[in-house]
Amino acid sequence: MSTTAEPGVAEPAATGVHERFTALAERQIELGEVRGAAAADPVNLPMIRHWTAAMGDANPVYTDAAFAGASVHGEIVAPPAMAQVWTMPGLGGGKGGTSPVDELMVALDEDGFTGVVATNCEQTYHRYARLGERLVPATRMTGLAGPKTTALGVGYFVTWLVTWYSEDEPVAEMMFRVLKFRPREEKAAPEERTRYPLRPAVNRDTAFFWEGVQEGELRIQKCGDCGELRHPPGPVCPSCRSANRVYAVASGLGEVYSFVVHHNPPVPGIETPFVVAVIALPEGIRVVGNVVECSPEKVGIGMPVRVEYREMDDELTLPMWVPRES
Amino acid sequence: MHSLSGHTAVAGIGATEFSKASGRTELQLAAEAVFAALDDAGLAPSEVDGLVTYTQDGNQEIAVAREVGIGDLSFFSRVDYGGGAACGTVLHAAMAVATGAASTVVCYRAFNERSGRRFGQPDARLGGEPSSHGMEMSWHVPFGLMTPAAWVAMFARRYMHAYGATSEDFGRVAVAMRRHAAVNPAAWFYQRPITLEEHQASKWIVEPLHLLDCCQESDGAVALVVTSAERARDLRRSPAVITAAAQGSGAGQMMMTSFYRDDMSGLQEMGVVARGLWEMSGMSPRDIQAAILYDHFTPFVLSQLEELGFCGRGEARDFMAGGGIEIDGHLPVNPHGGQLGEAYIHGMNGIAEAVRQIRGTSVNQVEGTQNVLVTAGTGVPTSGLILSRE
Repeated sequence: MSTTAEPGVAEPAATGVHERFTALAERQIELGEVRGAAAADPVNLPMIRHWTAAMGDANPVYTDAAFAGASVHGEIVAPPAMAQVWTMPGLGGGKGGTSPVDELMVALDEDGFTGVVATNCEQTYHRYARLGERLVPATRMTGLAGPKTTALGVGYFVTWLVTWYSEDEPVAEMMFRVLKFRPREEKAAPEERTRYPLRPAVNRDTAFFWEGVQEGELRIQKCGDCGELRHPPGPVCPSCRSANRVYAVASGLGEVYSFVVHHNPPVPGIETPFVVAVIALPEGIRVVGNVVECSPEKVGIGMPVRVEYREMDDELTLPMWVPRES
Repeated sequence: MHSLSGHTAVAGIGATEFSKASGRTELQLAAEAVFAALDDAGLAPSEVDGLVTYTQDGNQEIAVAREVGIGDLSFFSRVDYGGGAACGTVLHAAMAVATGAASTVVCYRAFNERSGRRFGQPDARLGGEPSSHGMEMSWHVPFGLMTPAAWVAMFARRYMHAYGATSEDFGRVAVAMRRHAAVNPAAWFYQRPITLEEHQASKWIVEPLHLLDCCQESDGAVALVVTSAERARDLRRSPAVITAAAQGSGAGQMMMTSFYRDDMSGLQEMGVVARGLWEMSGMSPRDIQAAILYDHFTPFVLSQLEELGFCGRGEARDFMAGGGIEIDGHLPVNPHGGQLGEAYIHGMNGIAEAVRQIRGTSVNQVEGTQNVLVTAGTGVPTSGLILSRE
């Protein structure tokens, strides 16, 4: 078994599984043609009438005895495409008997190849079936191919041939192929995250704050000379005119000073309703942020919160506030 | 130093219709309003030598001058900070006239705010600008705090907490404005009053604000002609004398997001304007018979009553009780219906109403209006006026 997947050829699901499928298929193919249960009813006019009506086939040779009698058939015949109809087990499954395909299908199901889609159907008609004939299907497993990578998922193509007999005379044949596949997981490959649309402008006066949240720190501008804390930050200390800026890292605790619950109009990138609050920090400054992990009705002025950091996309992290015990 | 008080006057007012879709450009709206104001004053475009508008206005002074047929301009200026500019345009015009920089100045505001760019819609670009304003917005936009209603709601919540005001108190402002608008044919909400129950039942925009706490969005334009009081006396209309005009910004001021200064339960910048108005006019709230208070959102009408000194801090809800700010109350506010009822023309339509009240020509005329106080945008650096009858 190769360990490098070629394009369109997938690795088998697990060691040994592929061999098991192959062996099973070979055994089934060796069985050759296996006869199934005979049709529940003989070829009959009422069923023909339903089928032709449903299919929109108005050819009177299928339903009009006088017309058919004058035709080359000399009597009413069944549409050849109805071949499979006569021996279908019906919705309840019926006692259709086994076919050499069943065991392989069950094995595929059990290994997670639960998806099924018909990919090929080729019918060959030997002659018209006549009223009163009771058809018998016979199935021959003809092939197993895979595993293949498809748009639906990794899977195996299973092919078989059904022949319908009247007594020992073949009336019609059908080659049928299905893809049994392992359905893709909901979240398959990690897709690129959508860019969060609400972005801050960042400049050299504010970059330290946004770099801080990226690293999980809530940074407050501090004057490098007089030590005054300030938020939002700016280039010059309004107390002492110093442009010497450093920052303090906030404790991350705070309480709701005021808040709103946004309902309308919709805001890009955020699901409504959402809460935005002015948070008072014990350091003596206020910041604005969302209160999350808390239903809007439970938010109130004075509510203790603590900061958390949320990656909005690959580039932007925002500080968010969650409730805490006081 | 000479005081500005009493030297200048509003001699003409003009407006387009107020709608939700004007069907014409903002420049056409501006031209129509300027023509109407000049016709009202009885002046020709050639007599205008100054133009003032808002920084946010989409029509340059030179474009309006070209359309209207104004020739040489010796004075043009813009006033910033959204609707906070409204009375500021008149202050700038009055200063220009009083100093001789110009003789006749037209102030205008024209926009398709409903059919064009809507201020109430979130705009992610607000936080992207590397300007000082963009940096300010960058502390709020990433958290979805990006609409005027949300910014005001943040103050409103703190105000409720500080003074025990309720959503119904805010609702009484809306009910009063809609009552006034209901009898003003120029108002969008003409003949459509509301009840307090309807206010309470209206959907949430941003808690604690309901839909009916928010002013409408409008297309339209308003223009005002400012000239010397002396000249105004010789014109077609009786002058609305500019007794006081002031701008104001407070310490720690931001555009709608002054959440970081000590007090979040008032409007510091309106306090600055109030001091300027009372000082320049030598008046007190007792001298005012009607007020035009900027009402883009109801809660700030309460704050303004307090900042202007019509009542004490936290007492506005009692001041308004029993129809206190309605047409027959102790201080009729926005007899035209305000921006909640008439139209949102960024405060400019309120100045026009103040002029009508001074002239005695309003559809909701208050008896004996000697002095009318007008304010501009709230939550932003703002401005105010006291207009008087001679």
